Amino acid sequence: MIQKVSSGALACKLTEMGLYPGKEIKILFKAPLGDPIAIEVGDYTLSLRKEEAASIEVTVGT
Amino acid sequence: MSIQKIALVGNPNSGKSSVFNQLTGLNQHVGNYPGVTVDKKTGSFPGKEGGKIKVIDLPGIYSIYPKSEDERVVFEILKDKGHKNYPDLCVVVVDVTNLERNLLLFTQLHDLKIPTILVVNMVDLLEGEGISVDLEKLSELLGGVPVIPMNARKGEGIEALKNAIYDFNQTTWTPFLKQYATHDHGLKHLPSPSEQIEDTDRRFKKITQILKFCVKRAEPSKSRKLISNRIDKVVTHPIWGYAIFLFILLLIFQAIYELASVPMDLIDNVFLLLSQGTRDALPPGVFTDLIAEGIVPGIGGIVIFVPQIVLLFAFIAILEETGYMSRVVFIMDRLMRPFGLNGKSVVPLISGVACAIPAIMATRTIDQWKDRLITIMVTPLTSCSARLPVYTLLIALVVPDKSVWGFMNLQGLVLLGMYLLGFAAAFLAAIIFKLIIRSRQKSFLIMEMPTYKIPRWSNVGITLWEKTKVFVWEAGRVIMAISIILWVLASYGPPNRIEKAVSAIPIPENVADDAKMSYEEQVSSVKLENSWIGLLGKQLEPAIAPLGYDWQVGIALITSFAAREVFVSSMATIYSVGEDFEDEATMLQRMRQEVNPRTGQSVYNLASGLSLMVFYAFAMQCMSTLAIVKRETKSWKWPLLQLVYMTTLAYIGAFITYNLLQ
Repeated sequence: MIQKVSSGALACKLTEMGLYPGKEIKILFKAPLGDPIAIEVGDYTLSLRKEEAASIEVTVGT
Repeated sequence: MSIQKIALVGNPNSGKSSVFNQLTGLNQHVGNYPGVTVDKKTGSFPGKEGGKIKVIDLPGIYSIYPKSEDERVVFEILKDKGHKNYPDLCVVVVDVTNLERNLLLFTQLHDLKIPTILVVNMVDLLEGEGISVDLEKLSELLGGVPVIPMNARKGEGIEALKNAIYDFNQTTWTPFLKQYATHDHGLKHLPSPSEQIEDTDRRFKKITQILKFCVKRAEPSKSRKLISNRIDKVVTHPIWGYAIFLFILLLIFQAIYELASVPMDLIDNVFLLLSQGTRDALPPGVFTDLIAEGIVPGIGGIVIFVPQIVLLFAFIAILEETGYMSRVVFIMDRLMRPFGLNGKSVVPLISGVACAIPAIMATRTIDQWKDRLITIMVTPLTSCSARLPVYTLLIALVVPDKSVWGFMNLQGLVLLGMYLLGFAAAFLAAIIFKLIIRSRQKSFLIMEMPTYKIPRWSNVGITLWEKTKVFVWEAGRVIMAISIILWVLASYGPPNRIEKAVSAIPIPENVADDAKMSYEEQVSSVKLENSWIGLLGKQLEPAIAPLGYDWQVGIALITSFAAREVFVSSMATIYSVGEDFEDEATMLQRMRQEVNPRTGQSVYNLASGLSLMVFYAFAMQCMSTLAIVKRETKSWKWPLLQLVYMTTLAYIGAFITYNLLQ
């Protein structure tokens, strides 16, 4: 579950893509070189670079 | 209230283009928004009581807060009631399987107080995903907005949408969240970034609440998402992923070379016939010459690219429609980043092997200007198909036909080497541009991965038609102009010079066909030698002598500025052999016999031949590409820079090659 999207230039973009605090997300798979990664956001799949993913704070669920 | 102008708005991948194509059919026009390279798609459909309702298909966006060029275009139009494209009504298209994210944009538009109709698209997928949506409730909770269920792929729901537009009558309006601060002309100011985040956050919270009331979920029976995830496991696999991509590439190129060569030969022959036909039909004179030798071949030079462009775009459109393209971007992004490029640069770079023109047109998918510009600047270095005839001729001329290590053909190896050289140069140039070009924007890749779909063939067809039209009209004009200039320079020289030179050739006494032919060939050779271009070629000799070339090559270099493959026909004219490709053997013989009067060596030896190949690999000798770069970058600055840097690179590269091998 997302705790916080740290404020940065991309924070707004990430929020608009559905990554808002309280949203549950799941890592689906990674690109062959480990970057970028694909995550499940609600009803769709989003890919983003690790660098961008680093600005999302999450708590790990089960 | 009678609606005359509507705008289609929606997220990328919401099926908005299908709705547009279904609404307008072929009554559409693709233009450009002033100052930006964003396609402006407009169309129309008949109104209820005659007349036409104008439709503008706005670029797919996720939010009205602008971050990309596409979003800025939409924002500029919708924030300003006085804008000439401001619609009477917005038709918001949403993907029913992903309502939460799709509805964000709708609520923003609603709070801008723009009249809206909500089109809930892809309703055919609901059952498979195990979702059911209460559309009446959704309409009610969204403040009574008309909601139209649709399957735009099949055109189901289009009539209902048309009727809803005809009968649209908004009486009351209640804000979804809160009305944006507006004045008479529209939005007062853009909220600050932190306000934007807070606003978006609150909208999502409310949307989630609403969806709880109208969406019911059961076990998916045949979920597209599950299937998509399974395919993704394979196509993004460390080994299989790249193998599949490579295989698809091979398939595409095989198809392009195999399929395009037939119509290209046909076009070539048709224009040759047309050229002869005009000469026979019209009285001899300057005007006829201009048409037969300048204009007709000029148009031919444009049309000949069409088969390759169509095929390449067909494959790109199919890969995009199916959703595979975003997976290519996904697996290639990390590899491209050190070069200042990103995953989306892969397709243009590879398309460049067929032809740089469609490749550069395909860079529009790259959001960041810097990444896009670098891709545009380096793509013409990849060895396009027009270089192939030049390489083939020169390899046959200077590289011995023998095998190496028992199984490889040396000539084939050299050809492969030329392709690798092109790619290597492109990547090196990219690194340099990465350091030179400044950008405030930070590179990022936040990209939706759509589920796999069967391509919609009508969408592919319409895309192809539009792209081809753009090429023929936009690039065609520049190509045409330069063709005519080159023709004038090749046909005229200083007063009386050509006439004098021609009359010096002895006229054959017997009228046997062979003798007559060789006389005519000599005449055209002498004519070219004494034309402005010929003189220019001779002037150029001191400059190109260090590369191992003589003035004949100089002439070919100038004429092939129009297009590289012209090298072969120029060589044919210079060495006065007919422009018939069956004569290539004779041509090779004559070129082999050519001896440099200063050095006493053969003009075309390994050193000068390879030097010439390196020159063609790097030099920007394609005015069509320059015309397209000008169009895509909106200025002459970038194509000119490209011309200068590539020519410099070509000169230095050829110089080094020649001197190493000499």
